[in-house]
Amino acid sequence: MADLLLELFSEEIPARMQVQAAKDLERLVVGALSDRGLLFEGVRAFSGPRRLTLAMSGLPAKQPDVKEELKGPKVDAPAAALDGFLRKTGLTKEQLKIEKTPKGDVYLAVIDRKGRDTIEVLAEILPECFAKLPWPKSMRFPGSPVRWVRPLHGIVCMFDAEVVPFEFAGVTSGNTTMGHRFLSDGKPIKVRHFDDYEKALHDAHVILDAEQRKAIIFEELKAAAFVRGLELIPDEGLLDEVAGLAEWPVVLIGAIQDEFMDVPPEILQTSMRTHQKYFSLRDPKTGKMANRFALISNMVAEDGGKEIIAGNERVLRARLSDAKFFWDQDRKRTLESRVDDLKNIVFHAKLGTQYERVERIEALAGEIAEKIGADVAKAKRAARLAKADLTTGVVGEFPELQGVMGRYYALHDNEDIDVADAARDHYKPVGPSDSVPTSNVSIAVALADKLDQLYAFFAVGETPTGSGDPFALRRAALGTIGILSQNKLRISLTEVFAWSSVRFLSVALVREVVPVVDRVALGLEELGYDALAHKVFNEQREQLASPKYAEEASEKFRSHLVLLMKFFKDRVKVALRGKGTRHDLIDAVFSLGIEDDLVRLVARVEALQSFLKTDEGANLLAGYKRAANILKAEEKKDKKTFDGAPEAKLLSLPEEKALAEALGSAETSIAADVKAEKFVEAMGVMAKLRAPVDAFFDKVKVNDDDPKVRENRLKLLARLRDTLHLVADFSKIEG
Amino acid sequence: MPKAKTFQDLILTLQNYWAKQGCLILQPYDVEMGAGTFHPATTLRALGPRPWRAAYVQPSRRPKDGRYGENPNRLQHYYQFQVIMKPAPSDIQELYLGSLREIGLDPALHDIRFVEDDWESPTLGAWGLGWEVWCDGMEVSQFTYFQQVGGIDCDPVSGEITYGLERLAMYVQDVEWVYDLAFAEQPDGRIVRYGEVFLQNEQEQSAFNFELADTEILFQHFKDYEKQCNELLNANKKMALPAYDQCIKASHCFNLLDARGVISVTERAAYIARVRALAKACCEAWLETPMGDYTPRFA
Repeated sequence: MADLLLELFSEEIPARMQVQAAKDLERLVVGALSDRGLLFEGVRAFSGPRRLTLAMSGLPAKQPDVKEELKGPKVDAPAAALDGFLRKTGLTKEQLKIEKTPKGDVYLAVIDRKGRDTIEVLAEILPECFAKLPWPKSMRFPGSPVRWVRPLHGIVCMFDAEVVPFEFAGVTSGNTTMGHRFLSDGKPIKVRHFDDYEKALHDAHVILDAEQRKAIIFEELKAAAFVRGLELIPDEGLLDEVAGLAEWPVVLIGAIQDEFMDVPPEILQTSMRTHQKYFSLRDPKTGKMANRFALISNMVAEDGGKEIIAGNERVLRARLSDAKFFWDQDRKRTLESRVDDLKNIVFHAKLGTQYERVERIEALAGEIAEKIGADVAKAKRAARLAKADLTTGVVGEFPELQGVMGRYYALHDNEDIDVADAARDHYKPVGPSDSVPTSNVSIAVALADKLDQLYAFFAVGETPTGSGDPFALRRAALGTIGILSQNKLRISLTEVFAWSSVRFLSVALVREVVPVVDRVALGLEELGYDALAHKVFNEQREQLASPKYAEEASEKFRSHLVLLMKFFKDRVKVALRGKGTRHDLIDAVFSLGIEDDLVRLVARVEALQSFLKTDEGANLLAGYKRAANILKAEEKKDKKTFDGAPEAKLLSLPEEKALAEALGSAETSIAADVKAEKFVEAMGVMAKLRAPVDAFFDKVKVNDDDPKVRENRLKLLARLRDTLHLVADFSKIEG
Repeated sequence: MPKAKTFQDLILTLQNYWAKQGCLILQPYDVEMGAGTFHPATTLRALGPRPWRAAYVQPSRRPKDGRYGENPNRLQHYYQFQVIMKPAPSDIQELYLGSLREIGLDPALHDIRFVEDDWESPTLGAWGLGWEVWCDGMEVSQFTYFQQVGGIDCDPVSGEITYGLERLAMYVQDVEWVYDLAFAEQPDGRIVRYGEVFLQNEQEQSAFNFELADTEILFQHFKDYEKQCNELLNANKKMALPAYDQCIKASHCFNLLDARGVISVTERAAYIARVRALAKACCEAWLETPMGDYTPRFA
């Protein structure tokens, strides 16, 4: 058994690509080896700023020998066929065996394929693996026939302490690597095995393992904060990134000048994080941001890092001066005064400007506020101001601070606290792990924002495709579902979308049609055809209010609504996936076509799911399926449906009478329970149907010889079906 | 190690250093441009098979960045030091680090990092992969391996290094207000400040860029340059170099119009596409000229 050590040494690999590249390298090499019958005991992959490393243990020195049997031509086949077979196998006629088959005797070649030396196989497959490595972005560079992420400088490839000879990207494999760019002596380091390799690198100030670098950074950060009476504000994403930017991470602490400390902490933190990759610290007692920052250098400097800290502090000063400048400038104007500036920001080519969007959201937020009992005036005010921070300098510089800044500026303008909160929280939830807004005003604006977005993009046909969702509509729908369900809000989506629709169509009308009519009329007037101009003007304007236009509009709305509700149905499935809710039950309730209140929908589905778990539920479902199948077959045969109430006088058997009676009372109480949203009770009523249904199928023959009796019984089954459909479309339920 | 003390020392140091690495020291190109990359010594010479090494200072004009001399480090006219090496030598990173040592940034005392930053110029139809180089958290250079220019693959690949001279000098001199930079030291020991040389220029040019530039004239100029460029590239002329001058002039006109705020978001993309079309045509024509290593079929 032997070990493999492989290292690809290059110019600096982008931090975001390193970890995945190491994983891909492992996957490709492992795959190629197992395809060739080479198994191993262990494998580890490492990544860092300048190298990808793979260490494998327990590889055999040779591939296993394989015995291969090849069937040849029949013994009585023409000589040419045998010659061909001999050439192909490299054997002589004497070496062939003869096998008896039902079709006659055939030649059989038994070839012993000797396993090749592993080192030879490695030399062959490794360059192929490297060439297949899927970098997100790769480049050509002088001297290399293939692409790599950045110029490749060295390859270490040792198998059992011996160099595996090959060439890739113009580089010949060998047994030397390099240490840290500045902290090593810059001389090539000879390696044999993984153990001495890892140690030699460590001596040359390279920590091979990214996880180890992360651990060092994290511990040093915590310790450095602790000795100053501070604590680290954790930032997992940043930690991953900085671990990919240093081979020998050293934590240093710098100071933020006091003049910046009254700038909102979000601005400081974002500026430090995005521009400089610094960590922020806070006072554990107050939770307030501290006037210190932590930087991760790649250097043990001769002066203990004095120059490095001083340099970073200076850079930060310039950065924060910029940020502070924007913050100061921004507050010189009110948010209210910025709303008009939104006319200059295009929201989407087909959907006009941000200003138009704000007008829609404002109206919609008012309507929703009324529904959910929020302060209508505050909701409309908040919606009006919610997007105004997009025109501020801070948000221009740091788009991720949208909303957060809106709140600061609103408070600065002495807006109501609910309005200010809504400016920040109406974007929520921004992802599956984010919280949803809980105050009424924020909820109204958040819903208006998301529902307008959904209706608008569906209305112009920009719906998500299988993989693409450029306008984050799935997130908007999931956010809507989260807000409604977690706050137990009762809203009819149809109603909200109808409001949006009216607004859209009237805007379209005003924007597209009316000006055309007006222009035509004006043109006629200028030409002196006053009377005609008036006629055109009046008639055409009237036309717009005509039933035909209304018809078209309502048709459009219906088609948008169908698409939107289907979209919501799929999102509900995603949202409820974690709770183990059955998809078929969601379908069953949605396909009634009347359920557009997500809270009620969930209650219905949950009641249904627990009902179906009971014996009564399962049996009733079986009874339903039987009834539905019979109905389907008979409807097809008779080419008609069996609507209408069954006639009492045609009921003769006790079981059919009993079922008819049970259905009579059940129908009324299920309808009443559903109306009162007592779904559990409705299920209780349904449970009582099980016995009469079972008894009916047990004793009653539906297809009676008397056609009238038959039809009456079919009507009874149709009634059973319709009664259950008051709760859900049972035909969509599986099992 | 002595630090390059003044702004002009910095330029002289870099020139001497790169001259020693075999770069021709060229002078600034005499047409307004947004970055040193637009100099034909980079744009055009990056194309075709001929080896090429050059370094030069290029005044870079970015009308929109004007701040009337009131911002600590933003300028509508500043200097870039540009190095281009074709093909990129395999030790180009080491050569670059050598230049930092030369200007007094000792890697033993500083934290120097190559942080992913890919470069793209939509107007030139050019892109490459590389890094911004950080010294103690400050970007001191842009380092790019050219992959395409004018939509044409660069083969061999060039290495391009751009130093923002004012920013670098501010770092080396420990100055926070660009106009305080020591531009030069006179024989009598007097220090001439950057502001003495350029403050008035920033004030007046900012006013020109944002308020006074006649947009009608600029729109007309843009059209004229575009027309002239296309005429020079007509099949039988193939005047790549004069045509390319027209292309950069059109690009600068566009930048001024953009600063004047008269180009809408949608128009913006269209204008950039028009300049890119010119740049591409110039690059294609260049490859048909002797220096682009066109080999006549019937010699």
